[in-house]
Amino acid sequence: MTDLAAPLTRSADATRPSARRRRPSGLAQLWGKARLPMRIYLALFALVLVISILAPLLAPYDPNAQTLLARLKPPVGLDRASPDHLLGTDQLGRDMLSRTLHGLQLTMVIALVGSFISLIIGVALGVVAGYARGPLGTAIMAIVDIQIAVPFTLIALLVIAVFGNSLPVLIAVIGVAGWETYARVVRAQVLSVSAMPFVEAATAAGASHWRILVKHVLPNVASPIIVVWTMTFSQVILLESSLSFLGLGVQPPTATLGSMVGMGRDYLASSAWIAVVPSLVIMFVSLLVLLIGDWLRDALDVKLK
Amino acid sequence: MLDFLARRTLGALATLFVVIAAVFFATRLSGNAMDYMLPPGTDLETRQLMIERFGLDQPIWVQFVRFIQGIFGGEWGISLYERRSVVQIYAERIPNTLQLFGYALVLSVALGLPLGMVAALQRKSVVGSAIMTVAFAGYATPNFVLAILMILVFSFNLHWLPSSGDMTPLHFLMPAIVLAAPMLAEIIRFARNALLDVMGQDYLRTARAKGLPERLVIGKHALRNAAIPVVTIVGLQVAGMVARCVLVEAVFATKGVGDLIVFATIGRDYPVLQFGVILIAGLVVITSLVVDVLYAAIDPRVKVTAS
Repeated sequence: MTDLAAPLTRSADATRPSARRRRPSGLAQLWGKARLPMRIYLALFALVLVISILAPLLAPYDPNAQTLLARLKPPVGLDRASPDHLLGTDQLGRDMLSRTLHGLQLTMVIALVGSFISLIIGVALGVVAGYARGPLGTAIMAIVDIQIAVPFTLIALLVIAVFGNSLPVLIAVIGVAGWETYARVVRAQVLSVSAMPFVEAATAAGASHWRILVKHVLPNVASPIIVVWTMTFSQVILLESSLSFLGLGVQPPTATLGSMVGMGRDYLASSAWIAVVPSLVIMFVSLLVLLIGDWLRDALDVKLK
Repeated sequence: MLDFLARRTLGALATLFVVIAAVFFATRLSGNAMDYMLPPGTDLETRQLMIERFGLDQPIWVQFVRFIQGIFGGEWGISLYERRSVVQIYAERIPNTLQLFGYALVLSVALGLPLGMVAALQRKSVVGSAIMTVAFAGYATPNFVLAILMILVFSFNLHWLPSSGDMTPLHFLMPAIVLAAPMLAEIIRFARNALLDVMGQDYLRTARAKGLPERLVIGKHALRNAAIPVVTIVGLQVAGMVARCVLVEAVFATKGVGDLIVFATIGRDYPVLQFGVILIAGLVVITSLVVDVLYAAIDPRVKVTAS
């Protein structure tokens, strides 16, 4: 959109570097739009990311190291708590804080990689369906309709039954889970963008399809993609933790937050913290992401159908 | 109307076909069915006979046609563990799931509509924003987390409700609340937004201008028009609710279809799993077809936008 005008401004505006500096970048603009509570949410989410990256350094113990003598210690603040274990220990004497940190890291990795896969698949198919149209586009949208119609949990269970439960399978399942939202949104956006005069102008100037897509269409559908990503990210976290909770995720002793809740379920009556600590972390992260997604949709002024 | 009906029916049939094909090819991907069907120690000759008996030496397309014929001919398979017909097993489980589903649906609609209305009418007061905050929290809380917290409070601390099982209607209360929570949140949000949309319309101003009491303005003019999007969201949520049902039943050990499917997945009981997937997908597809058609019959605008 801008590159037709770019040569003109470049020759006219001699002091371009300073002009660039005056216009804040997209991220800084967004930060400027955020009110104080939202800035706190954003900072907290950044903190969650930093904590999950640094989890192995922050964790005081090996998450799978068992100290059978210090089993079922409650978090600090309750009776019989041990000061060595801030969040207590589980039924095998594993440190809850270390397990929660590692679990958070794994949950975030699975959710990020999985949602990135569905983003790539969805955007690619959505662009094809919106730009090429024709029978191929119709076929893609038919698959989208089918995936919307069938409860995804069923597909996930089928895939896990066939391929077994392991980390790659879990990531693949999550990658396939959310693509149809991207495809639907991107297709609608591409349809409306490719009807714009600047695309027509680019076609008339002899630009190739590839150039039009990359230079003109994709930059204009970027913000809906970002919004869909944030709005579905909490669902991705929930899907991952639900599957892990059912024991269909990663294999023990490796833990994600969901599988920790699943294990802790058996000790609810006597040692509730084993399930409650990871539960609260999941809730906290998914609430943060939802709040940010809602705000981002308004801030970027994206209308999703 | 006929065109819309035909197109939707065709779409539903195509969806079912894809599900059946996916189930077939997925289960065939996992290797020869005889490997997990025959008891260990079966000699090779018997194994070969069984493979021929079930046509597993045929090309995969021939097997697929046989599979589809089997589905329509009533050969739905036998559970690998319980050694009885999957139809029988599902027939035992379905009443529990339907009961749970019914409670959750009634609960979310009966609470969601009035709460959404209040949130719209009182949107500037504390009550309105409190309702929306709770709805938002309900939306963000994972099902199993809510379940765990409720079991902790109501079963272990207060001893009011049983934590698992399906003996009495009381056993269904907590699962129904957990199942209803996200749908309730969704209905509150939609009812509120729909009502707010309608409140800005000219015909409401006209109704007030001609001197109708507020009760009639809201009850007769606003609510009826706001009901349409709410009906859609209930229809759309059915698929999601089925998916959550699996989880909720597994947590509360409600012996329903969802619980059955999870155990079939863990134990790789393919006949049970594949029948469950096809059955549930079929029910969901038919439900949304019926909702769509009813909806098109009620609201003539749907046909215009659909074509």
